Amino acid sequence: MTDQSPLIPRNREMHPVPYYPDYKTSVARSPSLPLISMESTPSEETGPRFGHNKLGALDNNLILNWTKGAAPAVGERVLMHGRVLDENNRPVPNTLIEIWQANAGGRYRHIKDTYFAPLDPNFGGCGRTITDENGRYEFLTIRPGAYPWPNRGNEWRPMHIHISVFGHAFGQRLITQMYFEGDPLIDRCPIAATIRERSQLDRLVAPLDMASARPMDFLAYKFDIVLRGRRQTMFENKMEGM
Amino acid sequence: MVQKLDTLIESPSQTAGPYVHIGTVPTYAGLGGIYEQEIGDSPIADGAKGEVITITGTVADATGWVLRDAMFETWQPDAAGKFAGDAGADPAVSGWSRVCADPESGEWTLKTVKPGSTTLRDGRVQAPHISVWLVARGINIGLQTRIYFEDEDNSADPLLNRIEQRPRVDTLIAKRTGDGEYRFDIRIAGPQETVFLDI
Repeated sequence: MTDQSPLIPRNREMHPVPYYPDYKTSVARSPSLPLISMESTPSEETGPRFGHNKLGALDNNLILNWTKGAAPAVGERVLMHGRVLDENNRPVPNTLIEIWQANAGGRYRHIKDTYFAPLDPNFGGCGRTITDENGRYEFLTIRPGAYPWPNRGNEWRPMHIHISVFGHAFGQRLITQMYFEGDPLIDRCPIAATIRERSQLDRLVAPLDMASARPMDFLAYKFDIVLRGRRQTMFENKMEGM
Repeated sequence: MVQKLDTLIESPSQTAGPYVHIGTVPTYAGLGGIYEQEIGDSPIADGAKGEVITITGTVADATGWVLRDAMFETWQPDAAGKFAGDAGADPAVSGWSRVCADPESGEWTLKTVKPGSTTLRDGRVQAPHISVWLVARGINIGLQTRIYFEDEDNSADPLLNRIEQRPRVDTLIAKRTGDGEYRFDIRIAGPQETVFLDI
């Protein structure tokens, strides 16, 4: 039986503001009226589950998955690893994580990316995996390049990897981005700045993790992700007022 | 000083960006074949019980411009109101899908079964609906909303009844346009702004 207690309400103070004029696209793509708040219902407390049978052996290896192992992607080899936890500080096992990113030159393999940095014929740019029993995950990839984008006059995205996580409830669904320790472009990025509190943005900056780096092979960055939790008190299963 | 809480806080969201399709619907982005099995093409398989319906619509910004890059996910129970994983749920209904706007017209289509009603832990009944989670460039945290149906009894739905401005309820209701066909347009802001949820 899966736990279907109510989800802990989102703390929107630490999330990005939806309307942020320095990130120009957000201006016309943010609601102007308040969200309707309500306690979670079965529609949010349940969610899709994905089994290992959907995954291929190279799905979490972005260096090799585009060529099916025939030739490695160009770039600085990096292990991205960490844990998915919930707000009760418990691991979230068996949940799907998807990532996508630019290549080492800052170019995405996407019909809409027209930046003139070249595509790498050996790099696709997406990967996916399922967390283990302890909520752990790993991807082997290359460090994505920073790239310019049309916003203000001379705008550059810091190096980043996009991450999508499911959890076990549709109301836990989260997409975020991982930044790299020491990147000076983080402080100039209006998308990073949509998060008001610097201490919260810092939670998206992965530290260099030499203990997990492999000599003569790859560096490592650690990135833990926290999803909404469920209320845990013993009173949750009682009717209101009883 | 007080005792230290041992709880954590959810990781902050960041926009899915313009290239969300690479990671979520690779074939759409031009990466067909990178995975042997993509996920999310359809919330139903052949033989799903119930009324098969098609919902069509668009996602528009505050100026009324239709987004070409919008992507949303849907989650729903089967025709009897059971979610995948519940005892007795229809095995042909995964209940989850990914829906992309057409890159030229911005129109999207969802083919599914009409969901059944569901019951809250306090016994109140939710009218049939499909949950939606919308992400795109410019959306800093995914937008949650719901698709209800004009030809169902929505009068006692707990969520719809929380909406003070009654004309806004209409923004959550798919209009019947034919036999098994519905229309549902999402407006992120501006006139007839869709009701979004914090739930």
